[in-house]
Amino acid sequence: MEKAKVEIDYNNEVIRIRGLKKSFEDFAVLRGIDLDLYQGENLVVLGRSGTGKSVLIKLISGLLKPDHGTIEVLGQEVNNISDKNLQELRIRIGFSFQNSALYDSMTVRKNLEFPLVRNRKGISRKEIDIAVETVLEAVGLSQTINQMPSELSGGQRKRIGIARTLILNPEIMLYDEPTAGLDPITCIEINDLINEVQQRYKTSSIIITHDLTCAKSTGDRIAMLLDGQFQREGTFEEVFDTNDPRVKPFFDYNFIK
Amino acid sequence: MDSVSDQTTPEYKKQSTFKKKLYNFFAEVYKIHLFIVRFFKEAFMPPFEFKEVIRQCYEVGVRSFTLITVTGFIVGLIFTKQSRPSLITFGATSWLPSLVSIAIMRALAPLVTALIASGKVGSSIGAELGSMRVTEQIDAMEVSGTKPFKFLVCTRVLATTITIPILATYTGFIGLLGGYLNVAMNEGTSYTTFMQQVFQPLVYLDFTASLIKSIVFGFTIGIVGCYQGYYSNKGTEGVGKAANGAVVTAMFLVFIEEIIIVQIASNFR
Repeated sequence: MEKAKVEIDYNNEVIRIRGLKKSFEDFAVLRGIDLDLYQGENLVVLGRSGTGKSVLIKLISGLLKPDHGTIEVLGQEVNNISDKNLQELRIRIGFSFQNSALYDSMTVRKNLEFPLVRNRKGISRKEIDIAVETVLEAVGLSQTINQMPSELSGGQRKRIGIARTLILNPEIMLYDEPTAGLDPITCIEINDLINEVQQRYKTSSIIITHDLTCAKSTGDRIAMLLDGQFQREGTFEEVFDTNDPRVKPFFDYNFIK
Repeated sequence: MDSVSDQTTPEYKKQSTFKKKLYNFFAEVYKIHLFIVRFFKEAFMPPFEFKEVIRQCYEVGVRSFTLITVTGFIVGLIFTKQSRPSLITFGATSWLPSLVSIAIMRALAPLVTALIASGKVGSSIGAELGSMRVTEQIDAMEVSGTKPFKFLVCTRVLATTITIPILATYTGFIGLLGGYLNVAMNEGTSYTTFMQQVFQPLVYLDFTASLIKSIVFGFTIGIVGCYQGYYSNKGTEGVGKAANGAVVTAMFLVFIEEIIIVQIASNFR
């Protein structure tokens, strides 16, 4: 499905990162990152495995602490706020994990209810049911409501994972390798879902991937992470209009040239 | 400063490995200390997870109930059977109920319950949390605005601390029932007489010490299982290690605590 035109507010930065550095023991993964995500935009972060793409979104959501630099999300500095404020901020950020991270011991319904019940005190049973049905319908999996995560396919798990984040109506979505390990048809379905989420829920998203089809069909802007820094940034065509030996094989492999 | 040649000698390497191991040991002890402090900070601060604590209590109780019933009964039966020959030598078989009750109520019931629970509950907690860590379910909870430590760790530790004393008391009575069966079969003692003799030598301190012991054992099993699982390394190997580590460490600590509490209780006799 062709990506529909979306309105991006380039005067409104929902995420602003400056001079971000992160090392694990002696290995410097991120070496001074600057990044802006604008309101309503889908930003794709491309890069080889182990270049720190997932580390970047874990730093944004406060799961990891940076060694240096600042991360501002929705006007709040993630590493300089109280636990309570961080918890409240996280409700406004949806995080779709690479392996979906569905709670094994709960049915799909319970998985979806979990964040809602815990964050919206005093919510009625009826409101919960409506919210669950709405997000399940949005990801096209209403029939799975009483199934266990182990009974779902990889693509279904991804969709339910996304639905679980959507139930809190997040302003920002962080997708960690949304198409990893899926067949091409399911990848297209997930890409369409990401675009649909952007339009329907008016979210701004960072999509971490090394799948160029996903990058091309979902990204309004691409940023390529090389050697711990963003080396190339722009539209899909701008990023790959190069003979850089670190970038070209990426394109050639994905589009079998 | 050491020269390069000095640093390559086997003695230097041995010393450096020892220092590293020592450092890692104290770092681990410090980490456990922080984990326990965090438990006390979060467990008794609102909002409370009553529903989840009750669910976990049920899980702990149900998981170990059958095994504890069978083991408790066999321990009581075998202990009575094995003690009889020694007492026959002195013509003191009438002391059997008192001997059995002191052994079971003071030591065997809390210890057997704790060891069974270490294997059954501790390993299960370690594996469950380990698997949740590896599959990023704990991270998923954290980013969705839930405090995973409070929801996963505090509830499980509270559940083991509450349930294991109840199970230990149950094991005690089941053990006595095993002992009674053996006594009744050999001496034909009635149930009422047996029970009178059982409770005669027991004092308030025996029950208090056993209860405190079970609470400490329950807390240890919960905290060790949760610690191993919560900080398990990435990968499926980490889950196995967490489960194994939970059992071995909890069992070891249970024996150490048994010695300490017995020593303290002896001072009050």
